[in-house]
Order: sequence, then structure tokens, then C-alpha cells
Amino acid sequence: MLAKMMTRLANAAPSRRSFMIGSAAAAGGLAVGFRSAEAAGGATGGVTPFNAYMRIAPDSSVTVIAAHMDMGQGIYDGIATLVAEELDADWSQMKAIGGAGNPKLYGNAAWGGAIQGTGGSTGTTSSWERYRIAGAAARQMLVAAAAAEWRVPAAEIRVAKGLISHASGRSAGFGELAAKAAALRAPASVTLKDPKDWVLIGNDKLRRLDSMAKSSGRMDYTIDVKLPGMLTAVPIHPPLFGATLTSFDAAKAKAIKGVVDVVQHPRGLAVVAVDMWSALKGREAVTAVWDDSKAENRSSADLAREYRALALKPGLAVARNEGNAEAAIAGAARTIEATFEFPYIAHAALEPLNAVVRRNADGTIDIWGGHQMPDIYQGTAAAIAGVPPSQVTMHVMKTGGSFGRRAVIDADVIVEAVAVAKAIDFRAPVKLQWTREDDMRAGRYRPAYVHRLKAGVDRDGRIVGWYNHIVGQSIVAGTPFAAGLVKNGVDMTSVEGANNLPYRFAAQKVDLTTTQTGVPVLWWRAVGSTHTAYAVEVFLDEVAALTGKDPYEYRMSLLDPASKHARVLKLAAEKAGWGSALPAGRFRGIALAESFDTEVAQVVEIAMRPDGSFKVERVVCAVHCGVAVNPDNIRAQMEGGIGFGLGAVMKSQTTLDKGRVVETNFDSHEVLRFDEMPVVEVHIMPSTDVPTGVGEPGVPPIGPAVANAVFAATKRRLHVLPFARVENA
Amino acid sequence: MIELRVNGAVHRLDIDPDMPLLWAIRDHIGLTGTKFGCGIAQCGACTVHIDGQPVRSCSLPVSAVAGQAITTIEAAEGPVAKAVQAAWTALDVPQCGYCQSGQVMTTIALLEANRKPSDADIDAALSGNLCRCATYARIRTAVHTAAKALA
Ligand code: FES
Ligand code: FES
Repeated sequence: MLAKMMTRLANAAPSRRSFMIGSAAAAGGLAVGFRSAEAAGGATGGVTPFNAYMRIAPDSSVTVIAAHMDMGQGIYDGIATLVAEELDADWSQMKAIGGAGNPKLYGNAAWGGAIQGTGGSTGTTSSWERYRIAGAAARQMLVAAAAAEWRVPAAEIRVAKGLISHASGRSAGFGELAAKAAALRAPASVTLKDPKDWVLIGNDKLRRLDSMAKSSGRMDYTIDVKLPGMLTAVPIHPPLFGATLTSFDAAKAKAIKGVVDVVQHPRGLAVVAVDMWSALKGREAVTAVWDDSKAENRSSADLAREYRALALKPGLAVARNEGNAEAAIAGAARTIEATFEFPYIAHAALEPLNAVVRRNADGTIDIWGGHQMPDIYQGTAAAIAGVPPSQVTMHVMKTGGSFGRRAVIDADVIVEAVAVAKAIDFRAPVKLQWTREDDMRAGRYRPAYVHRLKAGVDRDGRIVGWYNHIVGQSIVAGTPFAAGLVKNGVDMTSVEGANNLPYRFAAQKVDLTTTQTGVPVLWWRAVGSTHTAYAVEVFLDEVAALTGKDPYEYRMSLLDPASKHARVLKLAAEKAGWGSALPAGRFRGIALAESFDTEVAQVVEIAMRPDGSFKVERVVCAVHCGVAVNPDNIRAQMEGGIGFGLGAVMKSQTTLDKGRVVETNFDSHEVLRFDEMPVVEVHIMPSTDVPTGVGEPGVPPIGPAVANAVFAATKRRLHVLPFARVENA
Repeated sequence: MIELRVNGAVHRLDIDPDMPLLWAIRDHIGLTGTKFGCGIAQCGACTVHIDGQPVRSCSLPVSAVAGQAITTIEAAEGPVAKAVQAAWTALDVPQCGYCQSGQVMTTIALLEANRKPSDADIDAALSGNLCRCATYARIRTAVHTAAKALA
């Protein structure tokens, strides 16, 4: 959904046709990418290594420059696979790095190309065509260089596993011919491989390029950036959202050994020190007075009460309306109603937020970080530093998770890092590092929501009317994304997964009431579907139970049997042995959700313990995501999405006590732990469709599938999240 | 002056005795394979070995570990470390990878002490190591794989 909406942002984007293949010599090798008329300023010159999509070095290594940031979802490997496939490279010669801050070249093609960004599970879709074209173009140029060198027809030259060869016995690696290839004109067009000739796309044996580095402590993240003379800063944020600084006293802090300065920035204060520990000690010693008069001071319970009251009224906006749902429900043979409550949740990526800023002697600025939207941050940083954006270089680091947190629109951590560096006159590079408490206390969160659902069924158990009223904050209101994502007062990210259901209802209405609070919110892995899919899939199970139908059969009766939704649901049910007998104490639940054009169905098995608690033992997951580029990574993302979503529904929440965040570290903001992880079995639906994303879509079905299993076991419906809340006891 | 023995080298550091070992290792010795995730012994990202035992370096002041043999992920060597890293890469355990230094260090300590851990042993050893990417199922398989390779 989000991906589709983002395309509306794209009015100003260059069309695909305006991309031309470009090539250039790069450090003795070959660089291939695209140049658009805009990027080249209308000139016809070759691309530079900076804007290339891939480079071949004299040592034959092939480095892809990824337009998308890798937060663990494996997009670098996906892009490397696409290039290597068309290039006929050997997997062992591939490398990947992040390209940065240049929407003209790295604009997200799935969003229309207007901005560079990673999100909405679009990385593979966005890369599918252009990176294969880049690989094919480079291959063609290498072949042409070999043909000229060996004086043989290009058609007789073979390329396989990184070796260019001819029947005459001549052969060469890419590196040997890269410089000669770079002197040739890039082809105007290329022919991509027939899928039957793929050797790397869909290959289950490919391993990730970075597994060894990550298993041996050699992967460098932003927190690991070391620069000569670099200082470390930790922020001080207001204790309440919306509070502003009145005054502060830094004398005691500055007396602490290692503390260099205490400075103000647009989001609060920061303590700058020679190392992290001195900065933390300094922070304890700062006293600050805040003006709370405009701050958010409600508690989570207050908000829930207000939201529940709003849910009883008609919505302020309509997200879908077919037939007369309310009248149909009123006149139905039987009706059912339920209200669901979802908490705020922190993203809690394991690497707390950070960024490193350095101003160079020539006035240019380098910024290292997990830049999920690098060109937005480049502009923000440039404005604070007072330089043109072209003088700011964004270094996109791999990050220790994100789950949406690093796609922050207001660039919070970048603002702080640049402002702090500026406050000390850029006299040293600054690493701004948040602690876990900063990360959980200072926002941002998946918004809290209340959903009220009603359905009416006829005597045969068919749904004659479906009504869903969603109450909660907008993620994009007040941001530049609102223009594309808010239509008729409906923030699409609030309702996706509720207003695009594949189920056939005789009449349906989806209402939205957007609320205002001072709590900063953001997309959180799978965005709207993290709550909409839960409410819909649990409620649908309740309707099935009301009609005495099997939850799987009932869903199937509402789906077009030829749809991908029906096919993944069927696949999951079959593989899980839906309907077969289970050992005593075991129960099943099922759920289906499409997010970001990827359909996922999950069947869970839970084991009830004598004390009434339960463990999720097994999850069978079926996914349709188009061509499976890296099947093992698709499995990994489904496993990860399931674990992430399961921890959230079981235990995670960020609650407010008179505006103050209660859960500030992993002792109270609980997440899934090792012994709670189920066995996960993933089945990928064979497909020839353009690939769709897998980073997020594994998340939405797990919560409702587990809740539905709990119902099967206990006849209890879990309407308040997380399950650990006392309301459910 | 605090004397730290890290990976066989002796470092004499002029640092606050209260400084957690994690920050001494990262900021003063310059070894950044050991990660910061919570600072309160809740996530395991900062796991190092002291005399072969896995400990959370974020919650140990340097004054408490002066002179003891500290090993970080950078010096994880030997047959057990090799087997663990081979299993980790064969199964592509890491996603973002940020927790994995800690997961690997905890697993090495487990297998050094117990060459044939049961699932319950693995649960007990690893439940203090969070993985927000939820690579737990692959970690379990990898621990068994490494154990088999060492048998
Ligand atoms: S950083 Fe030490 S346990 Fe989390
Ligand atoms: S691999 Fe990302 S936190 Fe474990």
C-alpha cells in the first residue's frame, strides 16, 4: 500500500525512459550506471564513479553501489545478485556498498524516483530492472573489449563465473579487460537474460556477503566510526514531549574530566566529551529547567479512554465505503462487535541512534549514519551547517536494525549531530550517540490505536455488512509526505491493511478518526498493517466462530480462489496440516495479510501450559513475493518478521504516565527472547511476477494467528495488546 | 592508572575506575567489535570473556576486572570459535548483525564448557542475548551444527 501511495509523490520524477546507460573509467576499472538528462545537466559526458551502479576494479572485484540502505534485510545482497546474474560474475567476486544522497541516480524507482529512500519493502522492486540493466551493460562492454583484443567476433565469446573466454583458448578475468571496456561507448540498450538461464537469481546456495564480517566483529556500523580527534556527544531531551528548555546549568558537568562542552541544539542539549563514559557522566551532572506548559502530559490510559469514546462516534473521514454497511449490519440476522486497543511501541533497533559529522578543511561536510532517506537528511544538514547540499556527503552505513526508525522524516538525529558539531564550531568531528534510554524515551513510536469493528451476518453465515472505525494519530500529517499519503483526510498509513481487504463483503465501511497528541510517531516495521491486520484477522475469526464455520474455510469462502491471497492461505493451511489432529494441549490459529503487495499467510501452533500461559511452538508461513531473488533471505526475513511481531504482541509497549515514558530499556520494554522463538517453516509461492518486498510483510499475520490459536484453546479473545496487559488476565 | 589485559596485550589506561569495561574496550583500546545495546546487562551485545566466562562488559567497571584475562570477539580464536563462525556463515545467521558478536561470544563460552548442549542448555545460555532481527531459530541450529562439527 505505502509503496503504491508513494508513487503519487513522484510527479516531478524522471521517467524511466529518461535514464540512459552510462559508463566511465574508474580507478583503472569500469563503472556502469545510468545517467538521466537531469543528472548530467543535459550534457552527454560519461558518468562518474560516484554515480555508477557498479564498478569493476583491476583486481576483478565487482562492487555494486546500492541505492537502498541495508538494515539487516539483505538488500545489498539482493542488488549484488541482480548485477552478478546479468554480468555472469562469480558470487565470490561481489561486494556491495551504499550509494548516497543523490535522488537523480538512486531515487527509489518504486516510489517514482523523486527521492532516495528505503522503506515500504520496496528495495527489490526498485532495483529489479535498473541493476540488471547495469550488469548486462557492463557484460556487453567487457565482451566487446575482449572481441577487440582477441580479434574474434563478440558472438563467440562466453562469460561464466567471472571468466571471459573464447574457443581459441583465450580467457581473461573482468579486471584485465575493465580499463579497455571503460574506453568503449556504453550500449544504448541491452537484452536481459531469459529467466530459464538464471544461475544466481533464485539460487538457494548463495550466502550473504557480510555474514563472516558480522560473525567476527568486523562489520563497522555508525557507532564504530573512528576519526582522528573525534568527540562523543550524548543528547539531553526534554522529559516531556513538547517541553522546551528554559535554562540550564552546566558548570558541574564541565568540571568532570573528559567533558569538553555542554551545548544547546534545536532538540535540547548535548554533552560533548572525549569519550562516551565522560559524556554520560557529564549528562548526569547537568541541571536543566524545562517549560512544560505546552507539553503532552496525558497518560496512556487517558488516551485509550479518549480513543474508545471517539470510536463510538462516527469517523471524521471515510477510507472505504461500499454499499450501506451500517444499515446492512443493523438489519442483519446476527451481529457482532469488538473493540481493540494497541499501544505505542518503540522500534528498539539494537544499535541506538547515532550519526557522525565532520567538517573538512575545504568546508565540505561528511555525515556517516544509517541514512534511510539520505537526500532529505543532506538538505536538512546543509541548512543547519549553512552550506549548499552539494557540499554535504552522506555516507550510508549498514545499521544495527531500523524497523522504520531511521526513515525519520524530521531527521532528528542528523539535526542533533550537525547542530552539536556546529555549536563547537566544527573544531572536531562529533559522534552523536543515543543511549537505549534516549531511544525509548525520546520517540518515535508506532502510534497507539483503537479499532472498533462491527459485522452483520445473514442466516447462512455470510457477511452482509462490515464496519471498521480506526482511531489514532497520523504518521505523515504535517510532513512533506502528507501531500502524497493523505487523501480526503485519510492518512493511508493509518488504514492500509483495513481498507484494501481481499475479502468479499456485501457492504463495507472503513472510518478513520485522526487524533492529535504531542507524542512523536513513525512507521514501524509493516506500518499500518501492524494494527489493522490484527484487528481484522482476529475479528474475522470471531465472525467465523459466530457462524460455526472453520476459520480457514470461512476465509476461503470470502476470497477469489484464483487470487494470490487465497493461494498463500491454502498453501499455509496445507503445509501446516490444517484440520488434522493435534497432540493434547496444542492448538492452531491462522491469519492472512497482504502488505506492500506481498501476500503472507501463517498457521501457528501453540502449546498451553498448565498455568494458562502458552508457547508458540511452530509457525508455518506461506509467502507470495514475485520472483524469489534470494530464497534463503526471504525465509530469513519471514523468520525475523515473525519473531519481531510475536515479541510485540506478547509483550512490547511504550506507555505514558502523565506524559512520561515508563519503559526506557529492555528490562521494562520487553521484546522476544531466545527461548520464546518458535520453529518457523517458510514456503515461497513460485512466481514470475516482478519481485515485491519481504522485509516487513512477515510481521502482520503472526499476532492475529497467535491470538486465534489462543481463542481455539481458551475461548478468550485478546482485544488489548500486548497480551501481557492485565486486561487480558 | 588502570591495567587491562585484553586479548593478551596489557593496556595501562588513565581512565575513571568506574568506566564500564565496554567503553574502555571501545573508546580507549579501539576494539569496536563489542557492541553497545542497552548498558544495563539486558541485551548481551557487549559480551566478552573474562577467564573464559561470558560477561556483560557494559555493567562491569574497569576497576573490578583490572589484571584479569579479557577476550573480545576480535581475538575469538581456536577450534570452537572456528566451528561457531563456520556454522554462523553456513547458515547465514546474521541479519543486521549488530547482536552477533555477543551471540558468538556467548556460544563459544557455552561450547567450551559443554560440547553437547541440549536445547534447554542453549536456551539457558542464550536467553540473555537479544536479537531484534529475531535470528534465534538459526542461532539454535548453528549452535547444534557447531557442536556436531566439534564432536
Ligand atoms: S550493552 Fe551490555 S548487555 Fe546490553
Ligand atoms: S541480527 Fe540484528 S539484532 Fe541480531
